[in-house]
Amino acid sequence: MTDKRVLTGRHFMNGDEACAEGAIAAGCHFFGGYPITPSTEVAEHLARRLPEVEGVFVQMEDELASMAAILGASAAGARAMTATSGPGLSLMMENIGLGMMLEIPSVIIDVQRGSPSTGLPTMPGQSDVMQARWGSHGDYGSVAYSPWSPQEMFDLTIHCFNVADRYRLPVLLLSDEVIGHMVERVVIPPPEQGSRWQRKHPLTPPGEPFEPFRATDPGLVPPMVHAGEGYKIHYTGLTHDERGYPDMNASTHHKLVTRLVNKVRVNRDQLVLVENYDTQDADILVISFGCTARSARQAVREARQAGIRAGLLRLVSLWPFPEQQVQALSAQAKTVIVAEMNLGQVSLEVQRVTGRPVKGVFHAGGAMIPPAPILEAIRESA
Amino acid sequence: MTSPQMVDRHPLDDLIRADRMPHIWCPGCGIGIAMRCYAQGILDSGMEIDRHVVVSGIGCSGRVAGYMNIDSYHTTHGRAIPFATGIKLAKPELMVTVFSGDGDLAAIGGNHLIHAARRNIDIKVICINNFNFGMTGGQFGPTSPKGSLASTAPYGNPEMPFNLPYLLAAAGANYVSRWTTLHARQLKEAVLDAFRKPGFTFIEVLAPCPVGYGKSNNINDGLEEMELYRTRCQLVQDGDVRDEDLVIDMREDKPIFIGKFVDRDRPPYQPVQVQSE
Repeated sequence: MTDKRVLTGRHFMNGDEACAEGAIAAGCHFFGGYPITPSTEVAEHLARRLPEVEGVFVQMEDELASMAAILGASAAGARAMTATSGPGLSLMMENIGLGMMLEIPSVIIDVQRGSPSTGLPTMPGQSDVMQARWGSHGDYGSVAYSPWSPQEMFDLTIHCFNVADRYRLPVLLLSDEVIGHMVERVVIPPPEQGSRWQRKHPLTPPGEPFEPFRATDPGLVPPMVHAGEGYKIHYTGLTHDERGYPDMNASTHHKLVTRLVNKVRVNRDQLVLVENYDTQDADILVISFGCTARSARQAVREARQAGIRAGLLRLVSLWPFPEQQVQALSAQAKTVIVAEMNLGQVSLEVQRVTGRPVKGVFHAGGAMIPPAPILEAIRESA
Repeated sequence: MTSPQMVDRHPLDDLIRADRMPHIWCPGCGIGIAMRCYAQGILDSGMEIDRHVVVSGIGCSGRVAGYMNIDSYHTTHGRAIPFATGIKLAKPELMVTVFSGDGDLAAIGGNHLIHAARRNIDIKVICINNFNFGMTGGQFGPTSPKGSLASTAPYGNPEMPFNLPYLLAAAGANYVSRWTTLHARQLKEAVLDAFRKPGFTFIEVLAPCPVGYGKSNNINDGLEEMELYRTRCQLVQDGDVRDEDLVIDMREDKPIFIGKFVDRDRPPYQPVQVQSE
């Protein structure tokens, strides 16, 4: 019998389908979602594929329910995922906050479209960057990755599951309509090549004294127990102590929320991902991500052909923000350009970490930024 | 004659988190009685206790998840049912109960409530109905009778209430019953009925909220409301009452119909599986 989980081989598929195949290869057992353009192909593909691998596909009544359902499934031990776009992500924010507070692993695929509000359902956008970081109320650490190809939709979906399980939190894949609908070659490796990061389980057996929210390791991630394992665990979205019990006072609250934020900070080096193109000697640094990074790559290539020392820093992780990488490369550059399909969300972050002005190539969304305006910005700075 | 003996243990001790006491509920509140009936149901169910899971939303009734000594999830406002849906579908061997209030389940969570019933997902809902939002201090909610007084309805509630059993019957639940906190034994039996019934089950439990609802509506304390239950409740036999008459207004001297309204066997929700060749 062939392994239906991992379709090893070379394929020609779109980003949404590659994402769905990545989820299956990662061992995703549960998908709860609500149809929304341009992410719908993720759900459609999983509706066909999950039943083939004894997984559960459930179409919920809205995105509030979708996010709640994947948290419930994950609380019972399953790898669980949903897929949506900006309007749905807004609705999920409530329970993303619950996932942060309860420290329940989950993966949220956001195939971004032109926003705000209903915006441009069938056209691309990259304007959910700050929502991915700050969208739910309160302080918490966020992790979000940004793919620039269908291949990376596959690879990073698997990575999102691994990160979610290791660090116990909801993880976002911030894709966009261009990457979701683009059809390219996707190479799926043999199953034995994929590594699976496991959730840390307590060594204490059920029935013995156990504090489920005590993090003893330097990574600040407590071991996780699931429903039905006999621990009689209590999870609450209220401020809770290390037993998991509600404990509503300022000191417990400060301790808990600080750990939730530091959980991402102290593990930053393991979470941050970037790629460099011609940055070694670049005095004009272009920073971009997702579909826009494809245009930025071409602009940098053409600039090099014209003898301009330009380089591209592609942000694969948007959160945690690759502060050190941005700082180091900006320090050697005379000009920093940020290209993004929004009106300056990552640009603000680059300014924050470098403390210097940044040249923006922005568009509110609806069509890919072509290489030309990025090349023009490079030429102006040369 | 033997002298009275102090017992060291209560049969339900293992099911309640004693280290969480005292609870937050007001004097005269009915939620504790309903929780006790649920706990007794668990004990009498004959199932391993570790297979029982409780999920709550937000509000006074939502605190039940924090007091039950089983795997328990106190989630976001209104979202207990979809959270429970995820648990049940990921681990079908668990008996998943949603214990929450009328505001949580029928106002902010109303959409999830009807869709879970339509889907006929195999979860057990116990809904405390005390006719108001209690925890936030007695605002009117989706079950408050028209004209009743509340902190956000100082001139009387201008809205019509939900008739919950009628709503759930129409939405497709396999089992719908209503009891009050006066009917502790019947309520425990209803919990056991629900455990035995595959599919979506809904038990409405009328409960006094003397502080949030009673004081504004001439019901002076919990005991007085229990007395109203005693004098007005009429047991429904085999659907001998019109669905429309299940609406409740404690201020009117008319029967409160209780009992089992729906008991049927629509197939419960099953995730699609395909046989691999």
